Amino acid sequence: MSRTLFSDEPRRLIESSAEPLMTREQAQALIQRIIAMSQAEQVQVNVSSGQETNVRFADNRISTAGSVVNAQVVVGSSFGKKSAVVTTGDLSDAGLERAVRQSEALARLAPENPEAMPPLGPQEYTPSNAYFSSTADVSAAARAMAAKVAIDAAKAAGDIKVAGFLVAGASANALGNKAGLFAYHRDTSTNYTLTARTTDGTGSGWAGADHRDWTKLDFAAVAERAIQKARLSRNPQAVEPGRYTVILEPQAVADLVQILAFSLDARSADEGRSAFSKQGGGTKIGEKIVDERVTIYSDPTDPELLAQPFDGQGLPLGRQEWIRNGVLNNLFYSRFWAQKQGKAPTGFPSSLKMAGGDASLEDMIAATPRGILVTRLWYLRPVDPRTILFTGLTRDGTFLVENGKISRSIRNLRFNESPLFMLNNLEMIGRPMRVAGTESGGDVVLPALKVRDFNFTSLSEAV
Amino acid sequence: MTSRRKFLQQSAAAAAGIAALHALPPGLAHALATPGVSPLTYGLDPDTVPIRQLLTTAIDAAKAAGASYADARIGRARQNFVTTREQQIVNVVDTDTMGLGVRVLVDGTWGFAATHKLATDDVAAAAREAVSIAKANRLPGAPPVELAPGEVHRDVTWKSAFRTDPWEVPIEQKVQLLLGANAEAMKVPGVRFVNSSMFFVKEEKHFANTDGSMIAQTIIRSWLPFTATAVAPDFSDFQSRGNVIQPAGRGYEYLVEQDPVGNARKWGEEAAEKLKAKPVEVGRYDLVLHPSNLWLTIHESVGHPTELDRAMGYEANYAGTSFVAPPREKLGTLKYGPAFMNIQGDRTQEGACSTVGYDDDGIKPDSFLIVKNGIFNDYQTTREQAPWLDWWYKQKGMPTKSHGCSYADNWSSVAFQRMPNVSLLPGERDLSYDDIIAATDRGIAIVGDGSFSIDQQRYNAQFGGQVFHEIRGGKVVGMLKDVAYQMRTPDFWNSMDMIGGRSSYMLGASFFDGKGQPGQINAVSHGCVPARFRNTNVINTGRKA
Repeated sequence: MSRTLFSDEPRRLIESSAEPLMTREQAQALIQRIIAMSQAEQVQVNVSSGQETNVRFADNRISTAGSVVNAQVVVGSSFGKKSAVVTTGDLSDAGLERAVRQSEALARLAPENPEAMPPLGPQEYTPSNAYFSSTADVSAAARAMAAKVAIDAAKAAGDIKVAGFLVAGASANALGNKAGLFAYHRDTSTNYTLTARTTDGTGSGWAGADHRDWTKLDFAAVAERAIQKARLSRNPQAVEPGRYTVILEPQAVADLVQILAFSLDARSADEGRSAFSKQGGGTKIGEKIVDERVTIYSDPTDPELLAQPFDGQGLPLGRQEWIRNGVLNNLFYSRFWAQKQGKAPTGFPSSLKMAGGDASLEDMIAATPRGILVTRLWYLRPVDPRTILFTGLTRDGTFLVENGKISRSIRNLRFNESPLFMLNNLEMIGRPMRVAGTESGGDVVLPALKVRDFNFTSLSEAV
Repeated sequence: MTSRRKFLQQSAAAAAGIAALHALPPGLAHALATPGVSPLTYGLDPDTVPIRQLLTTAIDAAKAAGASYADARIGRARQNFVTTREQQIVNVVDTDTMGLGVRVLVDGTWGFAATHKLATDDVAAAAREAVSIAKANRLPGAPPVELAPGEVHRDVTWKSAFRTDPWEVPIEQKVQLLLGANAEAMKVPGVRFVNSSMFFVKEEKHFANTDGSMIAQTIIRSWLPFTATAVAPDFSDFQSRGNVIQPAGRGYEYLVEQDPVGNARKWGEEAAEKLKAKPVEVGRYDLVLHPSNLWLTIHESVGHPTELDRAMGYEANYAGTSFVAPPREKLGTLKYGPAFMNIQGDRTQEGACSTVGYDDDGIKPDSFLIVKNGIFNDYQTTREQAPWLDWWYKQKGMPTKSHGCSYADNWSSVAFQRMPNVSLLPGERDLSYDDIIAATDRGIAIVGDGSFSIDQQRYNAQFGGQVFHEIRGGKVVGMLKDVAYQMRTPDFWNSMDMIGGRSSYMLGASFFDGKGQPGQINAVSHGCVPARFRNTNVINTGRKA
């Protein structure tokens, strides 16, 4: 075995190319090359390429850092209603040919999928200008300097240890098929999250920033926010679990609203196994489900989102309103389910935004006789899909608000709550902002909210 | 934490057939030698890529650029999914990726770079980039990384415990097994939906380092997720039974042994019975936890808090820190549970998900007691971390040596400390799950893992389950629903007063345990026996929309 695995003889070396990111022309040429190899009735090809670099630090020192260059090709071949998908990282002609033949061989053997849809023809996409060379070209030294801003601030403070993660990437996604479909999108991203902990172990604060353009990240401001929050959260006191008025910072709102968005599948609702199923059958589309001030939508070209304007099947994604003025406006319809139900397919959205109000966090605090201010949430997991009930905990800055002011730091709390209940108990809405640290990631822009009767069920000693 | 995000990303990406770079762990799929299809030679096959030469090129380039230590891994990772619902196939996906990752130490600072381009020049360039990243990250005054003594394993190979390579099983056979199980569950009145799939992972890893090791390993893991859903006739309720088969570090034969077709009707009946189950009354109960439920509680409340990097603050920005910290205040003194509680860490149990021959530091993992006779005894470690506990090992008269817990989930990922198999060892008396129920006056017996959530220091947790039975006077008197138990870790384990014996020991597992930034996944098993926990807080999770 070892002889084969450790062959010393170079039999074939893979050709090297300089750029990690494929251009539109390169991606189109590659897809055409693969389509030309195909012997299947239909073939869909997805191509992705890119580079991701990061630096990670903890205990006031840089712990690991790296750079990854990668590319992938996905070939989906179909014969009638039989299909299979093969993914490969080997972009040589021989490698592509093997992937094509393999997907065809598997497709021939696969049973028929009665729900298979005919290929999608050419589509029109609204471009989303999500690529910034400031991000694509960022150097290892610049990344280390960004980390150093927080580390130096912590060292200067003396009573603070910081841990953080900064990642910058550039990627290009393209897809095409035999029926003339072609889509291409490239983007860059930077995401920075920072946790500051007081050295006495009683305080922890978190802050983050996320943007497609590296130059928009203010590393010093993030460090200042996290350190200030850590100090403010020292020596937390216990409060009784129960129902509280809460002020949720955008980060906390984003986790809960994203959970709601993940539940917006039309088919599950029609099948009677969703919070959006109507008793007796059908969906709740057209029904008022939350406070009338709530509008939740997707829009890839929104300047704060700049998301991919098509989904994995090539369906165009424009502005789509899921909840409009509190009424369930639409659900996610796949092409198959849309056809079956006589609806328009929506595709699977690439972004999420909630329309805001104009209240600042300070306004919300000032308008609260007694409540809890929550920085962020942690470890959200489904408890009951019938109501989208989730559990999770507060983290990195939880404060009691009394008489319009933050009065003290309090221990973290576990909640059992549903975004549907939360959005029905709405009191105030803040200005939407792009958030950096939801558990599911992605392009998400949400406001802070003030909500009554938020259900906390137990205390946590965790700092 | 077990990563919902990774799972969503993987399944969504596979379902959509798209592979956004940051959405998929790079490195999926491919070429099955499906019978009836002529065997294909993959372009990046170990047979055609000069692995030893490339590994040596990377190490030499790193040394020439100034690295004091370097290791290089060439990994090929394959995944195969077959997804079904009711009587139809949803998706067949085969993924494959291969590349090289090189990790270096320069003046005690780490650097890492990875590339899918396996030409000599690309590999050398990646090594030089890793060195330049390390140099950029040197900060004045930072203490240098020091590695525990290494081991030289020259030209060794290791293979996990699989008999049937899933890539050699025809697709029709896999589909037949899944659709057969689906059909059985659908025979149960009230069961309207079944989702089932097979998921296979194959890692072929080649490792070399400046100590002179050259290690090749082949690892296969298999899983069969299955969920039956029953819907009330008036659409007023729906209930599911899932998580029926545990993932394992074994081949296709393991899934066949679980007899999904033979068991599916029972799983369907359990889903349907839940529609009629009594909502639990909130309060305190004695819980009898089946190993299929308790493994996840062990994972979250013992496995994660005893990771040494967490305890030292290295995961503070994501997964969190630990209540089992600082080490000097907890080792040898923290009473984790009763004297009969022994928790073992290892990567050696046959068929377990974390089992390997050598870790990604090139170390042969050992077996060690994390909790010994109820007292906290040791952390999970890598070569970088073991020296942090030098004082403790000296005190115990043990060598300061890594436990072999280094793992990178792909060639493109940097190795760091990941969970070994963390197991609750059997008690002296050979008690069974039923024996413990029979000894319980008023309680709830829980089978299967459900909802789970725990804080960032691993104190406060809440767990659900799949099937809940009410116990009265030593007997199961009916099914309950909407049950979740809340706990504070040290109180919970110290409330354990009965555990099962050797014949009740089984392995539960997570296929998608998430940790680190960028996020990496890990598969890990937890051996455990049934156990009873006194006076545990139970809440009712059912609410009306």
